[in-house]
This record gives sequence, structure tokens and C-alpha cells, in this order.
Amino acid sequence: MAAGPSDAAPQALRDLPPVPSTSRTGFAEFSVRERMREKLKAARAKAEITLLQEDRSPRPRRLKSIRERKTDFRLDKAFQNDFPSAEEAYNFFTFNFDSEPESIKAGARKRNELNEEEEAEEECVETHEDEQEEDETDEDARLVKDDDLFIIGQTAEDFLVMKPADCESYSEQLKKEKEFLFTPSMLAVPPSEKMPGNMQPRYLEDEGLYTGERPFVSQSNQNILENRILRQEQGKEWFGDDGKILALPNPIKQSSTRPPIFSLEEGIAPELETVYRKAIKMTAANQYLVGPGDFQGPFQLDIDISGLIFTHHPCFSREHVLAAKLAQLYDQYLARKQKNLTKLLTDKLHALRNAVECSIDGGDAGVPRPVAQQSIPEYKIEIRQTRRLRDAEQEKDRMLLKTIIKVWKQIKSLRDFQKFTNTPMKLYLRKEEVDQRLDEKAYEAEIQAEINELLEECMEEYEKKMKEYKTELQEWKSWKKTQKSKKKKKKKDIHEEEESVEDCDLGEERVKPIPPKMANSLEIEQQVREKADNCRRKPGEPALIPELVLSGSVTPTELCPRAEVLRREDVKKRSAFIKVLFNAKEVSRTVTRPISSDFRVHFGQIFNLQIFNWPESLKLQIYETMGMSSTTLLAEVFIPVPETTVLTGSAPMEEIEFSSNQRVMLDHEGVGSGVSFSFEADGSNKMTLMTSGKVSNSVSWAVGEKGIPLIPPVSQQNTGIPSALKNIDAIASIGTSGLTDMKKLAKWAVEAKLDPNDPNNAALMQLIMVATSGEARVPDFFRLEQLQQEFNFVSDEEFNRSKRFRLLQLRNGEVAEFRNYKQVPLHEREISEKIFEDYEKRLQERDVIDSKNYLDAHRAVVANYLQKVRESVINRFLIAKHNFLLSDLVNEEEIPSLGSEGPGILGLSLFKLAEPKRPLKPRRKERKKVTAQNLSDGDIKLLVNIIRAYDIPVRKPVMSKLPQPSKSSRSFNDMFAASPSAQSPMDSPDWALNQVLVRPFVEVSFQRTVCRTTTAEGPNPNWNEELELPFRAPNGDYSTHSLQSVKDEVFINVFDEVLHDAVEDDPERGSGIRTRVERHWLGCVKIPFTTIYFQARVDGTFKVDVPPVLLGYSKEKNLGIERGYDSVQNLSEGSYITLFITIEPQLIPGESVREKMNEMLKKFDTQEEEKLLQAAAKYEAECTSKFPSRKCLTTVIDLNGKTVFITRYIKPLNPPQELLDAIPNSSQTAAELVARYVALIPFLPDSVSFAGICDLWSTSDQFLYLLAGDEEEHAVLLCNYFLGMGKKAWLIIGNAIPEGPTAYVLTLEQSQYVIWNPSTGCFYGQYDTFCPLQNVYCLIGCDNIWFNMQEYDSPIRINFDISKPKLWKSFFSRRLPYPGLRSIQPEELVYQHADKAAAVELQGRIEKILKEKIMEWRPRHLTRWNRYCTSTLRNFLPLLEQNQGKDIEDDHQAELQKQLGDYRVSGFPIHMPFSEVRPLIEAVHSMGVHTIDVSNVEFALAVYIHAYPQNVLSVWIYIASLVRNR
Amino acid sequence: MVGQAALRPGTGAGLQSRQFSHQDSFSLPQFPGFDDLYCKFCFVYGQDWVPTAGLEEGISQITSKSDVAPTTLVWNFPIDITFKSTNPSGCECWGWWDPARRPGTRLTHTSFAGPQIVVSVYGPDFFGNDVVRGYGAVHVPFTPGRHTRTIAMFVPESTSRLQKFTSWFTGRRPEFTDPKVVAQGEGREVTRVRSQGFVTISFNVVTKDMKKLGYDVSPSDMQNPSLVPVTEGIHKY
Repeated sequence: MAAGPSDAAPQALRDLPPVPSTSRTGFAEFSVRERMREKLKAARAKAEITLLQEDRSPRPRRLKSIRERKTDFRLDKAFQNDFPSAEEAYNFFTFNFDSEPESIKAGARKRNELNEEEEAEEECVETHEDEQEEDETDEDARLVKDDDLFIIGQTAEDFLVMKPADCESYSEQLKKEKEFLFTPSMLAVPPSEKMPGNMQPRYLEDEGLYTGERPFVSQSNQNILENRILRQEQGKEWFGDDGKILALPNPIKQSSTRPPIFSLEEGIAPELETVYRKAIKMTAANQYLVGPGDFQGPFQLDIDISGLIFTHHPCFSREHVLAAKLAQLYDQYLARKQKNLTKLLTDKLHALRNAVECSIDGGDAGVPRPVAQQSIPEYKIEIRQTRRLRDAEQEKDRMLLKTIIKVWKQIKSLRDFQKFTNTPMKLYLRKEEVDQRLDEKAYEAEIQAEINELLEECMEEYEKKMKEYKTELQEWKSWKKTQKSKKKKKKKDIHEEEESVEDCDLGEERVKPIPPKMANSLEIEQQVREKADNCRRKPGEPALIPELVLSGSVTPTELCPRAEVLRREDVKKRSAFIKVLFNAKEVSRTVTRPISSDFRVHFGQIFNLQIFNWPESLKLQIYETMGMSSTTLLAEVFIPVPETTVLTGSAPMEEIEFSSNQRVMLDHEGVGSGVSFSFEADGSNKMTLMTSGKVSNSVSWAVGEKGIPLIPPVSQQNTGIPSALKNIDAIASIGTSGLTDMKKLAKWAVEAKLDPNDPNNAALMQLIMVATSGEARVPDFFRLEQLQQEFNFVSDEEFNRSKRFRLLQLRNGEVAEFRNYKQVPLHEREISEKIFEDYEKRLQERDVIDSKNYLDAHRAVVANYLQKVRESVINRFLIAKHNFLLSDLVNEEEIPSLGSEGPGILGLSLFKLAEPKRPLKPRRKERKKVTAQNLSDGDIKLLVNIIRAYDIPVRKPVMSKLPQPSKSSRSFNDMFAASPSAQSPMDSPDWALNQVLVRPFVEVSFQRTVCRTTTAEGPNPNWNEELELPFRAPNGDYSTHSLQSVKDEVFINVFDEVLHDAVEDDPERGSGIRTRVERHWLGCVKIPFTTIYFQARVDGTFKVDVPPVLLGYSKEKNLGIERGYDSVQNLSEGSYITLFITIEPQLIPGESVREKMNEMLKKFDTQEEEKLLQAAAKYEAECTSKFPSRKCLTTVIDLNGKTVFITRYIKPLNPPQELLDAIPNSSQTAAELVARYVALIPFLPDSVSFAGICDLWSTSDQFLYLLAGDEEEHAVLLCNYFLGMGKKAWLIIGNAIPEGPTAYVLTLEQSQYVIWNPSTGCFYGQYDTFCPLQNVYCLIGCDNIWFNMQEYDSPIRINFDISKPKLWKSFFSRRLPYPGLRSIQPEELVYQHADKAAAVELQGRIEKILKEKIMEWRPRHLTRWNRYCTSTLRNFLPLLEQNQGKDIEDDHQAELQKQLGDYRVSGFPIHMPFSEVRPLIEAVHSMGVHTIDVSNVEFALAVYIHAYPQNVLSVWIYIASLVRNR
Repeated sequence: MVGQAALRPGTGAGLQSRQFSHQDSFSLPQFPGFDDLYCKFCFVYGQDWVPTAGLEEGISQITSKSDVAPTTLVWNFPIDITFKSTNPSGCECWGWWDPARRPGTRLTHTSFAGPQIVVSVYGPDFFGNDVVRGYGAVHVPFTPGRHTRTIAMFVPESTSRLQKFTSWFTGRRPEFTDPKVVAQGEGREVTRVRSQGFVTISFNVVTKDMKKLGYDVSPSDMQNPSLVPVTEGIHKY
């Protein structure tokens, strides 16, 4: 509208004649102008109207773009052209149009096109309009002037005086100006003028006084100011002593004191930015406040506001009012129908009537039932009540139906009347036809029954009343009598008083009781029928069922009358929103949504309120907005705070009604609120409705992430429900939460005396029945994962009982026994109980110390301890096994590097191309390695190549005796100076000639498979045979870690094949030769499978483990009688066998697993300094990069799993004093004795116990306590002893056969290096060819590590002089000095003294066990024990121990011969360190002495145990078989 | 075309009442840019499975691209294998359902799972070196009838750019230590792989005595696998 006048004005102008050119032409101009003016007005009015109409269509912007505007103009023109008057037509054709506005417009348009921004456009429009405005006013003004001129035009010239214009010369003007104006000079004022008198300017600053910096003013301005001031009175006062204008120091600070603010967001001034701060919990005292101690975080209340329905609104049309009423009624109808009270009551009535009849009948049947009789009146009363209720309900139903129909009729008539429809409501009345006759019958029966009852009732009443009447009558009569008698008396006595008495009596005068009327049956019938007519369906009349549908069509707005259109538009303008107030504070509000034509507003918003306290109040405020401006609060609704059981997701939608007392009157069809209106034409029956409606919402407690409802704990505020309510409303009594507690509910039901037959209570009663009957007990525990249960396919008991499931479960858990169990049977019955036996036994025995197997409590404890360490290590290993590195999964070429020996193409491999195809010295080609995955039984074979043997013991001719030089006194010097050639075989030819042949053969047994070679001859046999033995992995599992834990050993036994004439006294001796073959065990070599597996091949000469005494055999000992550190002699030290063992196909050893395990173990904690560890890693890397095959050891893992620097293990320690005391002088023998002591500590390889996965180093005291360990522990202890004895000793880390990677000890004895094998106690010179040590990698002393940097690593070929840095790379050097690491070894070892008594006892037990075993092994033969022989053997054994098993056999032989006479004796002593009984038995068994099956064989067995300090036991078993020579 | 070998109905040896026979044939590998490919296959199966007939491992012929329009590589290589099992857990149709698995325990180990076919495709590279072109695995379907499976093939990536170049140059690309790695989940997190193409396998599966184990794998039942037969089977023993 605002743009209206400006729009209209140019239109009007266009029709205006340009004044000067037309004013003097034809017409009477005055009248013309008048008319024009009127026209102008009319045109403006018209334009306004059209604009008004146009405005109907909403205009989004007040200002339109020019283009749109132009079309407006055109429309306007067209509109005007429809009605051209004659004048207009004339003007149109004759007048010159003023084209000015057009051109401006064009200009404006051009400008607009240039400017693209809208604002500019709008500006243009505004200027444009302004210009137009100006034009208009100009023309108007001119018009007025013209009029004036026109009016007084006749006499104009008379008033005018002609005069030339005044003109002042410029110079005069200047002169005048000079008088008035003052222009201050810009020149500087001389200081003298500024200073009073003749004072010199004084500069305060020069005098040392503080003068602030003056604010900057430009010099010219300052001069102007000074000049100006000087013009004034007392102008000099403005100047200071220094001749400058007085000024305060510059107030602006040079640097800003406020810190700069950097804006995070573009476009917002940094000061105005908002920063989010988390709401802080208010700690005000509040009754609902949760205590600070048990604060559980913010709670959440979800408020879901789904919508708003108005049941009345000011904009309701009459039809809407009726429709709302109809809907309400219909809702009521539906609710009633659902309850169906009428039917229920009718049924009850019938039931009661039946009951009454029955009881009456029953009484008639003869058995008097006092209870039934008694209950009849109760029933009757009940019937009466029920009937009354039923009638009331029926009447209500009927009335409701009637009202519905009435309202519907009203709606219909209203629609007819107003000729449009506003609501889509339609009511259908469905007729349900009924069988007329039946219906009538039922109706009549009902009426009759009712009449009868009523009659009965009336009769009863009548009787009662009659009784009452009679009593009353009686009373009255008696009263009357007394009255009469009184009267008589009084009449006689005082006549005056009679009046007053009479008066009083009148009040008391009893009315004579009226006899009750007898009820008239006809009357009653009349009554009943009338009532039935009123409230019941007439018989035969079809039952009416109303159905309300919203299928009607609403009349479109175009067809509605104006008032209705206005109403609809008004509705459209309105919208509503809801504010949510929590504790009377607005927390959120919904979006503003328009009210739809059916007065529903849909929000559908959920607000999550995070709260800390129990809410005090929750409130919704409903607001209505009209158009753009006004917002009115319609109503406030309080929402009840939900119970704690109401959780999001399960909360029902609730409708809360509200209403407003707002008074609204509208000027259209809308009926308004608080305004009375009427549906009747005459305005009667007025009604007033208030705005009202329903908010549908739901409030519930949110459920947290873990399913925990976010509800603040309810502070127990007992709100004191009135006790009266408790009996009625269960929820009021026990709270909603009580509804889930069955016991509470049941208790309440009992207390409230609920009617169990009330259909209203049916559901509740059933629930209580279930709860209290105990059949379905509600559990008082909470089940987690209750949903899981339905997926459990069997119950837990069944699951645990089932062997099959147990098997599957154990296998899944990778329990060792079942890890590789294949083909778990389908049926339970196919699984035998035995499967679990081993496993259960193991579980049981884990903590039980089995004393039977160990014989020795200490060893049992140790074994138990070791078992536990083993288990923990294996567990760690299993974890490590599931960690994968990239190299485990992907084979990838390494980064090629120049020059190195790496596999890169640019390295040496390029040169390989030029190599000859068949080199003169062929190299061993690497065999293809096979992964262990696709292997099965029989695929793997063990190849044993037996090449040759040296120095096999030879048979001694029976009864022969050789003179033996006494070797009892050997001195240390002797050992080194002795010449070996003194007694060579060449020197004693007769001995050589006497020599009896030995026919040795080799038998290899592995995993119960036995293979043997052919028989060779002589003490240095050459077999060169390859034996093939199959290999079976345990449980058929060929995975790497399974193979690593194979404990089987390869036994290589050397036997002598002896032929005997079978029957020496056979009469048929000449005709044939029958010989019996006997095999005599000579010695054995044991090689563990793991050694072969890890090294891929075992190649070398091994010392055969020959017993110190072989009865009937002797060695060619002359070759090396003297033992010593000298190298050449040692050929004779024992028997040797050359072997080559490998596995076909080659298996990939699980080296990576071991490495990984070590890596993982290193990650465990350590007490070493980080610097040291880094240096160690660097050192190792440097060493291995130069010599990849040599292992460099700097850190090891101790028993606790901690990483320890290796030199900490080396420390001088005292050997047992007893050993040193035994041989006081000889250092050499003492050393041997110590080595023997160390070797007597049982050997327990880590590789077996820990499945080859890691190497734990125990300290010497731990080792001595555990009495078990592998090479490292032995070596460390021996090295420490040697250091303690004052020798120079080092640990050698190297490679030996058959052990593989191992640790030896190196000592320096008289400028010779001696290598000690700590686990056997043997020692070798550096140049000993049979030294088992093959490679030396590094040496470890107590303060340094030396890595072998020499070209070769064989001990024969290297120099052990560690002082040469070129040969030995030391860890600690000048760059990294030795930091003085504290040893982890104890200061001193404390030894228990040898327990001789225990040893003797043990000795007896072992002997007994072994004898029993031998008898057990010979089940079919009688085992005789030769007591003489046994006692003789028993005597030998301590001697053997004393001499450490050296060279005393001949004495034995002689002794035995002497004792036994004519017996052929074969046997030998076995020497073992003692760990447990089983290995002893195994050893005896493997010797095979018991296998002899000569009928008259006798056996002898003796055991001797020598106890050393710290419970180290040396066990000697002497076993022999004797055959009597005939 | 699939070969005409008759599908063996299982002979149902003894109490091991699960017999299961199927025939596969490879066809239609889609390896853009590669030619002259051949493939190796092997079967990976759990401890409760035993192959009773047929080859567990094999190698196909080399196939080249055709000149005519659909330039796909076709092997049409028939494989015939029969498995039996006593404890068919971890099969394709039941995912990792395993009776031994209780809530809270570790996921079933691969070694208990049902049979999977592992396919690895090789072919010459630019220099004529034989390099791997893709690994892939798929569970053998249990439902009798004909099934077609398309396996996405992938190869492990080099760990660095330099190695990528040198491996390309030398023709020694990174390979899995064991192709069976792709049939298991353990340890795969340390690898990085790249997709290389697809191989389509069609299976013709015949089962026998599945109902004895309590499994009903007739195709109509596959729409709504009901638990009833399972529990029945469990309770039957």
C-alpha cells in the first residue's frame, strides 16, 4: 500500500495536458481544468482500488524490480483503456506526451542493468520514485501558480515595476567581507607575542621535569589556533612557560594494553564472537538436588511434542463448532462401545436372575441350603441395583445416539443453509436389521421380568410400609388415647391454660398415618413400558450404529461466500508454537507451524532435556501468532513428571487438554471465543465457547548408551496420597513402579478387596493369580543378555554334560591334548570316556607333588616349579603365535643394496650370471624347503647316514690279563708333558695279534622304529650306509610349533655281534653248525630330533657314549693312555662315530617364531639402562651385518622374563669347599672335579621344555636350587667356578654338535686354551680334532663381550687372543667404557652338605625298582639274581666314582673272575646324574641287558649313589648278565 | 561348459554321516590388461573335514584372450572333490556358527571352518616373468544345486615405492607366503592389498545325509532357515 500513491501518480500525470501549450486552445479552460482535476482524482482512486486488489495476492517484497513495475504500468494502462472517456480520447490523441518520466525510467533501467546487486537496484528505484515525486509536486505547484495567474490575470501588469538588477563590484564585496571576517594566519607566531612581558621561554623538560608527550597536532593547525587565541582577550593565559599552548600529555598509550583478539570466524568482529561453555551444574540448595556424592551425571528427559488439536478456536465456523461437538460425541460413543457397560450389566442381570431362580429351585428340590436362601435377598438387592445402573447406561447410550444424530442433522442443515462445506466429516448410520419376532419376544420378556421384579419390590415395600404404618398407627392410637385422657383432665383442671397447651400440642399433634397404597400392577407396567420406550430400542427397530468418516469434500474457497473466504484466510494467517518450560524456565520451543484448516498443528519434535535435578515442574505454553506481528499466549499446560518406569520408546502419547479464557471477536464467519453465538435463526439458544484444545505429547526418561535409564534418583518425597484414594486406584496407592512388583500388587488387591468378578479387574486379577500361585514365579534377579537365551540351542546343563561339546570347546581353547583333534564325532555315544582321561589327570596332578616318581621331595618341588614356568612361557608363546608380522604373511624382496651380499640384483648376484655352469668345486645346493602345512604321516623321513666309527672297544679273550700301568698318580705336569708314543699298538705286536675281532653294527631307533646296518668288522668299521626312518609328528600336527616340541630322540646304538655255537655239547656237532647270535651293547649316541629339525642336518663325528667299564671288552687304549690338555693324544679318548643325519624333505624351522618370541620378551620390563640397551642393539646389528651366520649375544632373559645384560651373569663364585678340599694341591684335578660336579647337575634343555621358543637364563644359585638347566646354566656356573678358582675363564657362545647353538667355557691354562664342555665335564684342547665345538661366535667375560671378527670361526683356526681388536670386536671400548655393571649373581654360594644317609636310602629304593623292572620286562623267563656278583659289583661302584669312571675295568674283570669262577660275564656300569627315576629305567632298558634269552642266565645289578654338596647326586648302575660256562 | 562328470552321491561310509560332493569350474576371469593367465587352486578346510575323493590342489591350463568380442579369459577347468565332515560348523550358510563358541569366547578359529576354495592366478608380466595376478577365496556353498560365485582377486602391495619399482623390474612381486592365508582372517591386518580383477566359479553341489546332522539345506528352506531342525538334530543323538 505504501507504494500506492507513487505508483498512481505517474499514471495520472500521463493523462495531464502539458500546461503551456494547451492552455490557450479551444475550450473554456477553467471548466476543462476543473474536470481534469476531477478526472485526476477519479483516476487516483481507481488506481488505488486496483492496487488494493492486486495487493490481495501477497507481495513478498515491498519494492519490486523495475521490470515488474513496468508491467504493472502496462496493466494499468490497459485497465484505463477499457473505459476511455471522450476527453481522454481527445487528450490522448492531441496532447504531446511528456516523455520525461519515461526517459528517466529508461535511464534508471540502464543503470539497473549495470548494477547487479539488489540493494543498488532498490536504491535506484527509490531515487526514481523521488524524482517522480518531485515531478509531480512541480507540476502541481505550477498548476497552482497558473491558477493564481489565471484568476488575477486581467490586472497583472498594473502591479509590476520594472527595475534593473543591482550589482556590487567584487572589490567592494571583498572590502565588506574584510570588515566582518577574520582569517587566521597560518604563519608561526613569534614566541615573544605568546610570552607575557619580556620573559624568556622556559623549557621544563630541559630542567629535568617530566612533561608528557603532547598529542600530535599539525604545525599549521597549531599556528592557526595560536593566532586565533592571541586575538582574544587574555589570550596569553593559554600559553605555557615554554611558549606553547598548554596541553595535557597524550592520553593515548603507545602500546595497547588489551591483548589482541583473533577472530575464529570470518566476518564477525572478534569481540562479538560467542564462545561455547558447558553448562555448569548449579549447586544451589534444593530439595530435589541429588547429593554431590552420588552424582551420576546429567539425566535426560525426552519431551515429545507431536501436535496440537483445537477443540475450539476463534476461527471455528459454526460448522466447525458442530463438527467438534460431533467428534467429541462420537469419541464418547466409541469409548462407551468399547466398555459396553450396557451389555455387561444386562448379562450380569441375567446371571443374577438365573442365580435367584436356581437357588429357589434348589430349595424346592428338597435340600435346604441356608447359604443359598440367605443369599437370595442379597441377590435381589443386587438385581435391583444392577437394573438401575443398566437402565441409566441404556438411557445414556440412547441419549448419546440421539445427540449424535441431532448434531449431525444440525450440521447437514447448516451445510444446506450456508451452501458450502467446511469440514470433511460425514456420519453414516448403519442399520443392523434384527429379527423382529425374537426381538419382540426378548423385549417383552425383559419388560415382564422387570415388571415382576418391580411388583415384587413394590410388594416388599408395601409390606414394609404396611408394617411401619401399623406400628405408627399403633403409636398414634395410643398417643391419641393419652391425649384424650389428658384433655379430659385438663378440661377439668385449668380451662385457661387449655388454649396454650392446645397450642403446644398442635405442634406435637401427630398426623394420622396414611395407609400405604397398594402398588398397581398396571401402573407399574405403564411406568416400565414408558421407560423402556425412552431408553431402549423399540422392538423390531433396526439397531443404529453411527460411523463417523472424514471422507466428505470441503468446498473450495472460490465457491464460498466472502465472509467464509475471509475466515479461511484468517485461519491461514495463524500459526502456533509451543514453548517448553522446565522449572518455569523456558528451555526450548517448537518451530512455528501454521494452523491447518482442520485446526490441527503438527510439530513432531522431541526435545531432550539434560537435567541434573528431579524436575519440579514441566509446563508447555501454547502460543498463537497472527500474521507477522502479534503473538498471544493461548494457554499453559502442566505436564506431570513421568514415573521412573516411563522410558523413551515405551512411553505412550498422551493428550492434555487446555483452554483459554481469551476473548476474541472476529468480523467474519469465525465464531470467536468467549463470544456468544447461536445456531438458531432467531438468535435464541445462545452458546459461548472458549478456545480450547488438546496437546498430544509424551514425556519420558531417556535411556543411556548402555541401556541405563537416565533418571535422577527419586528423593523420597512422600506426597501423601489421600488414603481414600488408595482403595480405588492401584497406581495412586503403590505408584506405577509398583505395578511391576507383583507382590506389592497382590497385597494391594487383597487390601482393597477387589471384586474378582468385575470384568474391569479381569486383567489385573489374572496377573495377580499368576504372580501369587507361584507357578510362574517372577525371578528376583536380573538377567543380563536375556536375549541370548533364545539362541542357546541347548541348556547349560546339557551343554556341560555333553562330551561332544566339551571336546569342541577344549579344542577351540587350544588345549594341548585336543588342539589337533580331528573329526569330532557326530554322536555323543561315539566319544569314549578315555579321551578326557589324560587331560583330567593332568589337571589333577598339576598341584599334587608325586613323590613316587621323584623319590626326593626337593626334586619334586623343583619339577613342579619348572612345570609352571614352562606353562607360563608356553602361554606367552601362544599369544605371540597369534601376532603376525608382514614377513610372516608376505614374501617380499628386500630393498636391493649395492655391494653387499644381499639378495638384490645389483649386488653380487649379477656376477653369478657369469659363473661357470659346472664349477670345479661344486657347492652344496640348498634344497627346497617345504612348509609344514600340507604334510601328513609318512611324508617326512629321517635319513641317517652312518659312515664310520673309530675305536670301538674290542673283545677281550676270556681270562686274558694285561699288565696295566698304574695311573693313580698323575701329576699336573705329567699331563702336559707326557708323550703319547710310549705305548702305541706298534710297540706291542703280540697284543695286536691276540686281538679278538669285534663285529660292530649300528642300530638306529627312532619313534619305536628300528633300523640296523650290516655288520662290519674291526674296531674302526666303515659302514657308509643310509638308513631311512619314517617320522610321525605328535597328533599328526605338522605345524611348526608342534614340530619344535617333538621330544623324541634318535638313538644310535653300537652293538657287537657275537656268534656262539648254539649247542656246544650237541652230539651232532660235526654234521652242521648251529650258531646263536648275541648282540652286546657297546655304546650309544643320542641326538634329539629338535636338533636335527633346527639345524636341518647334523654332520660330524660324535663321541660314542661308552660306559667306563665294558665287561669282556677293552679299548685299544694304548693309542692314548695319557689324557691331558695335549691335542694329539685325544684320539684315543673314546669311541667316535661319523654320522650325517637330515630330514627329507627339508622343513622350514620355526626360526621366525623364536625371533618373534624374543622380540616380544624384550618388550617386557628390564632394569637395564636404555642407553646400554641401545648400544647393545647397535652392537648386535653391526656384528650380524658383517657375519650374518654368527650369533651375537648381548642380552638374555632371566627367569622372571626380564632382559638382563649378559655380563652380569659372569662373576667369580666359590665351588663347594668339599671338592677343593678333596684334592688340595692339584689345580688340574680340582678343575676336573669341579667340571664333573657341574656336569652332574641334570641337563634339561630349554629347547625341549619351552618348545624351542625361548631361552631363559637362570643365575647360578637358581640353577643350583632347581638342579636342572641347559648348556648356558652349566657353562655359566662352570665359568664362575673357574673364575673363583683364579683361572682366566670366558664363556664361549658358539655352535657344537650335536647340541647346536650352545655355550662352552674357555680357560687359559699355561698359555694353552682349553675348551670345556660344561654339560659333560669333558675338556678339549684348542687343536683337538674331536672337539664337539664347531664354531665360536663370541666370548663373554665378566666385564666385556668380544665378537669373533676373524675369517674363520672353527676353534682350531682362530686366535683366542682377545686383546687384538682386529680379531675380536669388544663391546665396551674406549668410546663406551665399562660402566661397572653389578652382577646379578649372589655374593657367595652356600651349599648344603651332602646327605649321605638319604643317598643310601635312595640307593636301596632305586635298586629295588630296577630289579622289579627287569623282572617285569622278562615276563616269560625266570630272572635269577646272582648275589655274589651283585655284591662284587656293589663294591666296584664306589671305586668307579672315586676315579671318575676311568680305566679300572681290568680290575673288575679280574676280581669277577676270581669271585665267580666259570662264568661268562657281560655287563657295564652306567653313570648318570640323578634327576628322576624314569630316565634311569629308560637307560637300563635301552642297554638291552635283559633281552638275553639264554635259559640259565643270571643277572646282577648294583646301584651306588654318591652325594655331592647341594644334593647333587651321581648315580652308578652296574648291570651284568652271567652265563655259566660249561 | 561344465564337464559331464556325474556328480557322485556320497557313499555314506559308516557313522561319519556327512557326505558332500561338488564340482567347480572356473570361468570368466576378468583381469583387465592381463593375458595368458593360469590359476592354482587349493581347498582349505577345518579339522572336522576330510576330503574323500578328488584333488585338493591343482593347476589349470594357461588361457589367453580371445580375439572376438567378449575378450574374457575362459578356463572352464573342472574340479571334482568330495568332502565329508562330522561336525559341519563354520560353513558358508551358517557363517561362524559354532556350537563350541559360547558368549565371551574368541571367534572360531579358521581351522574349524568349512571348506573354502582358494584360487591364485598367475601370469607373465611385461618382462615375461611369472607373477601373481591375484588371490581369492570363497566358501563352498552347502545348498545343493548350481551356484555361481564371483571372487574378487587381490595381491599384496609392496611396502615401499622403491620396492614396488624393483619388484616390477625384477618380476619378483610380493606374494603371500602361503595362498591359504587368504582363507583366514588372522594376521591379515598387517598386509596391504590391491584389487586386481575377478574370477567366476560355478559350483554344482550335491549333499548327502545332511539331515542326519540336523541341517536342512534344501534350497526352499534357505529362505527362512529355521532353528527347529537344528535343535532336533542336536537332541537326536
